[in-house]
Amino acid sequence: MAKQQVPVQEGLFTWPSDSPRLIGRREKKTGRVYFPAIHHYVADEDSEEVLLNTRGKLWTWTIQGFLPKNPPYKGPETVETFKPYGVGYIELPGEVIVESRLTVADPGKLKIGMEMELTIIPFREDENGNEVITYAFKPVEG
Amino acid sequence: MSDVCIIGIGIHKFGRTDGVSGRQQGAYAVRQALKDCSLEWEDMQFAFGGSAAAGNADSLVNELGLTGIQFVNVSNGCATGGSALLSAYTAIKSGQYDVGVAVGFDKHPRGAFNADPKASGLETWYGETGLMLTTQFFGMKIQKYMHDHGLSPETLGLVAQKAFRNGSLNPNAWRRDPVELDTIMHSDMLSHPLTKYMFCSPAEGGVALILASEKVARRYTNRPVFLRAVTMKTRHYGSFEVFSPYLALQRAPAPTVFASKAAYEMAGLGPEDMDVIQIQDTESGAEIMHMAENGFCKDGEQEKLLREGATEINGRMPMNTDGGCLANGEPIGASGLRQVYEVVAQLRGECGDRQVPGNPKTGYTHVYGAPGLSACTILQN
Repeated sequence: MAKQQVPVQEGLFTWPSDSPRLIGRREKKTGRVYFPAIHHYVADEDSEEVLLNTRGKLWTWTIQGFLPKNPPYKGPETVETFKPYGVGYIELPGEVIVESRLTVADPGKLKIGMEMELTIIPFREDENGNEVITYAFKPVEG
Repeated sequence: MSDVCIIGIGIHKFGRTDGVSGRQQGAYAVRQALKDCSLEWEDMQFAFGGSAAAGNADSLVNELGLTGIQFVNVSNGCATGGSALLSAYTAIKSGQYDVGVAVGFDKHPRGAFNADPKASGLETWYGETGLMLTTQFFGMKIQKYMHDHGLSPETLGLVAQKAFRNGSLNPNAWRRDPVELDTIMHSDMLSHPLTKYMFCSPAEGGVALILASEKVARRYTNRPVFLRAVTMKTRHYGSFEVFSPYLALQRAPAPTVFASKAAYEMAGLGPEDMDVIQIQDTESGAEIMHMAENGFCKDGEQEKLLREGATEINGRMPMNTDGGCLANGEPIGASGLRQVYEVVAQLRGECGDRQVPGNPKTGYTHVYGAPGLSACTILQN
């Protein structure tokens, strides 16, 4: 039986879905978009939920070179198995710049301005044997 | 209204002091500062103090004496020391008090700071998935800045090299050994483009400053240093700050720009008037960006200035002469006051091997940090 997939946080992205989207919130008065929507406790008449673009441009990036401390990190790696991972901000045109893990961790393959797209990745296994998933951005092929 | 002066300065060595609590280091610094101006704890009318991780500052009275003093705890992230100083300044400037103390101290565990998403108003997923590290933020911010303004990675190395060289001349610094540029550039890449030697580490230390109205200051010292400006500002919408799951599409100037501008206006002076400068260098990239944000150069000019030696102790804008955060480490509560300590010592001509030549008259300090705030001072003798 396939493992059950559980989002790391309810309301971060649409799930289950064949074409998942990040969930943001737009303030009606200013037009400003926030992410994630769950973080912004705003009256319904003042704001609306928006499903964000799945493609954007890499705004900046880094590579996490050491195993983060637990807490708060809950990744499955140990000091021995840890592999650096990419982190960046992706500018979603006309909406907002979102922070995300990247599927690439090679400085030679990351360039500010390159096209990126949303993907969902397995992150860890929880205590019930479920696969915890989160969002990430990957370079657009071609 | 009376001018406000700094008449006494005290410091507990930065770095690691096993077996001595952060609070004890703070109390040590206060005693040193009192001794520096021949005053007693009983003479202090007020105190403002803070630490991020070493307990309430007002408990210092247990070490220093139960005199009934008004003691206010300050907790303002990386501007804790700057805010304590601002409060002390205001207490005297208003005419309410004549003499008091601003103190900051800290003692952090080894390694990167353990961030708590809830304390920063974020959900647990952010920390859980490995996005909540100050080091990542610093890497991404300077990555963008270097890309936009055409700076080479070696610029980062030059900042660190200068910091360790200056630290080697400062007996109160943590890192006392110069480090070769090559070693800095090829040490572990912690958060691209920043290597291990380009980051400061959480550490320990304490600093205290005795402030007095000019009238009272003349009674105790013939070398008062005047606090011409003290400012503190927080971020605007569109600022790029630590622990941000999203950023606005449009950019706003950094909080430093506002704090710095306010300081120059308050003092009626400009960046060209500063003879000695301490700016926040949590990592090499910070010093580079803060050179421009504080008005000492234009964006993109930093590499040339560093290569020319403009920011060396004997350069035309001596910067982080005590080794900065890179060589002293970062005890959050004490860092901002360390900068003021260094500038006062420089203006008095007491810095020995690291003394800025030519009798500096005017100095500048700047802190910046979480959650997006900045505090600046301008000092003059």
